[in-house]
Amino acid sequence: MTHISVTVDGLHRHGDVEPRLLLVHWLREDLGLVGTPVGCDTSNCGACTVLVDGRSVKSCSVLAVQVDGKTVTTIQGLAEEDGEWHPVQKAFKECHGLQCGFCTPGMVMASVDLLSENPDPTEEEIRNGLEGNLCRCTGYHNIVKAVATAAAEMKGASS
Amino acid sequence: MTETVMRTDGAAIGRADRRKEDARLLTGRTNWTDNIQLPGTLYMSCLRSSMAHAKILSIDATAALELDGVVHVFTGKDFPELAGSTCVWPVTDDIKMSTFPAICLDEVKYAGDVVAIVLANDKYVAVDALDLIDVDYEHLDAVVDMEEALKPGSPLVHSEMGTNECYVARMPCGDYEAAKAKADLVVRRRFINQRLIPNTMEPRAVVAAPMGMSDEITIWSATQIPHVLRVLLALLTGIPENNIRVVAPDVGGGFGAKLQINREEVLALVLAKKIGKPIKWTETRSEHMVATHHGRDQIQDIELAVTQDGQILGMKVDLLADMGAYLQIITPGTPLLGMFMYSGIYKMEALDFTCTGVYTTKTPTDAYRGAGRPEATYAIERIVDEAAAELGIEPLEFRKRNWIKHEEFPYTQIAGLTYDTGNYEAATARALELFGYDELRAEQTARRASGDTVQLGIGISTFTEMCGLAPSRTLGALKYVAGGWEHCTIRALPTGKIELVTGTSPHGQGHETAWSQIASDIIGVPVEDIEVVHGDTGRAPYGMDTYGSRSLAVGGQAIKMAGERLVEKARLIAAHQLEASPDDIEFSAGTYSVKGDPEKSTTIQAVAFEAFTAHNLPDGMEPTLSGESTVDPMDFSYPHGTHLAAMEVDTETGMVKLRKYVAVDDCGIQINPMIVEGQVHGGLAQGIAQAMFEGALYDNDGNLLTGSMGDYLLPSAADLPSFITDRTVTPSTTHPLGTKGIGEAGAIASTPAIINGVVDAIRHLGVTDVFMPASPQNVWRAIQTAKNGGAA
Repeated sequence: MTHISVTVDGLHRHGDVEPRLLLVHWLREDLGLVGTPVGCDTSNCGACTVLVDGRSVKSCSVLAVQVDGKTVTTIQGLAEEDGEWHPVQKAFKECHGLQCGFCTPGMVMASVDLLSENPDPTEEEIRNGLEGNLCRCTGYHNIVKAVATAAAEMKGASS
Repeated sequence: MTETVMRTDGAAIGRADRRKEDARLLTGRTNWTDNIQLPGTLYMSCLRSSMAHAKILSIDATAALELDGVVHVFTGKDFPELAGSTCVWPVTDDIKMSTFPAICLDEVKYAGDVVAIVLANDKYVAVDALDLIDVDYEHLDAVVDMEEALKPGSPLVHSEMGTNECYVARMPCGDYEAAKAKADLVVRRRFINQRLIPNTMEPRAVVAAPMGMSDEITIWSATQIPHVLRVLLALLTGIPENNIRVVAPDVGGGFGAKLQINREEVLALVLAKKIGKPIKWTETRSEHMVATHHGRDQIQDIELAVTQDGQILGMKVDLLADMGAYLQIITPGTPLLGMFMYSGIYKMEALDFTCTGVYTTKTPTDAYRGAGRPEATYAIERIVDEAAAELGIEPLEFRKRNWIKHEEFPYTQIAGLTYDTGNYEAATARALELFGYDELRAEQTARRASGDTVQLGIGISTFTEMCGLAPSRTLGALKYVAGGWEHCTIRALPTGKIELVTGTSPHGQGHETAWSQIASDIIGVPVEDIEVVHGDTGRAPYGMDTYGSRSLAVGGQAIKMAGERLVEKARLIAAHQLEASPDDIEFSAGTYSVKGDPEKSTTIQAVAFEAFTAHNLPDGMEPTLSGESTVDPMDFSYPHGTHLAAMEVDTETGMVKLRKYVAVDDCGIQINPMIVEGQVHGGLAQGIAQAMFEGALYDNDGNLLTGSMGDYLLPSAADLPSFITDRTVTPSTTHPLGTKGIGEAGAIASTPAIINGVVDAIRHLGVTDVFMPASPQNVWRAIQTAKNGGAA
């Protein structure tokens, strides 16, 4: 067992973990943060995407011990403390960018990272930027629309 | 006292309400089955056969049992009589029915079949233990190809049957031979509708737990069919049905893959009962690829008999349908769900349909988005393009000469279905307008003339489908062992809040929002005051669940009827309170008022409270206010539409690009057009994926070659364009809300549109078909074969 200390969704969390324990399983099963789901076992689907020190990471392809000392943000910690949703969350609802919702946590977290890197993406840049996140319900049409809407919203807010 | 909320928002039906479901889904407050963690849980893992076909000589689990944390290992010997799935649709009198064991006893029949299961107190340990179980197999020959499987001397999947032929279903309509004799031309094609793997984003999962206070066992499952599952679990396990509660919590997509009873569910239930502890199993994605049923997989030999001036006389359909190794819930019936749809939207005097179901040593097939109808639509929409090409008639013109004209509805088509309404002209006109058809045809001509290496093709699909499963008597006539009704109970609670209990079981379709909209209009309560209860046999005891685009078409009728019954009971109470005759009471937007004296009024919420206190009800009236209804639909519904695809094909590399896609659908009245459009988008992506990207491949030994998301190409956002969509509205006359269904339309229509477009781009090179998926390899081969003089 290895001791780790991680800031998760704004809270300081400690744990003794098996070296082989995946980050996503630590989040889900030790911390009870089940908002981050597991969709595959080959790091293809991206449903488990979280932010580690602000950058998107597939939490099924990272060991819990690798985030020792870092900051992890999951879908459950994305909204403001007062409950105000992140513009990406709002845009997904407004644009109907989700149906069953299983890919949604990962899709939202990947979109947040995409927009932090490229605040004004073209449709093609959004599509390529989300290539690592699979959705089976929406055909991506409204996801792309949501990300573009969020980008416009965030740009308006920051100018 | 009841707080009265007046509606001021106008009609809810037809409004693009944002979804109620989204708040929890966008903040991670979800309740997927895999989220459920109960004290004392034992984690189940499955040892799956690495061979497609083999005898099990021995199993040694000694080392696994010694692993710290392993509690039990079970093999087929522990449950020799227990079935892991069952088929409810024996389609012919002489069908050869397989038995699907919960755990294989002495033989495995596909790679992925279960030979042992482990229970451990840690999920990682449960998986570790699988490596420590030693199975001694004796190899048997695999049976992979359907035509080989039917040849004398083929290895047999079920040796006791003496054949791999599961059934032969025939449906001759009209006199095809007579029609053919009159024809100037008979166009023949063999289409391959390849095997697909559904790949819901949420893998299957199940938790079964004895719940203490009674003999009840609760089973949470990522299922589309909690109600049907409960009945079947009781029948298979012998556990009384009234001791089983099935809950489908948040379910992450279904597409037919979760319209099933699976061995993991049966085993979890039986073991929870036997051991007295919660049992949990969650599928890995790689397991999903082999262990969750597959879809499609037909060889379609199609003939179309036509006259020189482009009139369709008759059609002959001869299918081989791959069952896989066992029959599951509706395995043999799935291809027959398309049986009535081969004539599509066209008039003809004969349709000769035959389907042969074939056992092979592969994962069982079953329903996948559209279930039989995509295959039928593919065949008819592909063959009409081929006939048009051979006759030298523009493909859209050929369709117009044969389709049912809007003034001809209701129209009884050749397979005996009566299409209530439709307007193919209107949908097509709108699609052409959005597509820029003439401009694209001009560009195609220019590219042909210039010898451009990238050629342009236009793919057309003018489709219809049958939705709203189904009139129960019709299902009975088809030998399906269940009804097709749907239930709804609407309760007005004392505080004026509404509980709408539905028998549908959504998994992404937004029923919580759309059902609230329907009820809001009928009972006059704001949508936010309506809670939709679903997917739990404890809270919603009656239902036939969600599949086949039936939820709105059938379930919507039950909501309407239940709401109207509630309103009528409340009218009697209101009349009593207002001291007027019920005939003099008007109801509008949640308010009962006396005709000619609108000052004398009360609200439905106030009436609900009166019904609760029961202090002053009409004599003989029972307290409480609710309405309930179980509706058996009077007919199927027939959505239709026109889809157009512009396809670019690089004739040197075979690379295909979808440049533009227009979908104009007619699903009748739309409850929530935003949700409708989302359903169309998702369906399009799946249908396009069949045409361009996906396909389950096996080697000759029966090993699945596309066994992970790394090998099976699910399209990402980067692989698809945005879509151009619109709707025409021709209300159904057989469904009281005028609705038809939209869940599968996109998946049904788009596959032939894409392939028609690809073939249209390279037909001048001699190509008359392209195998799906239209990968660069398949397209390049088709071009080369045509160049070398062979028919592709």
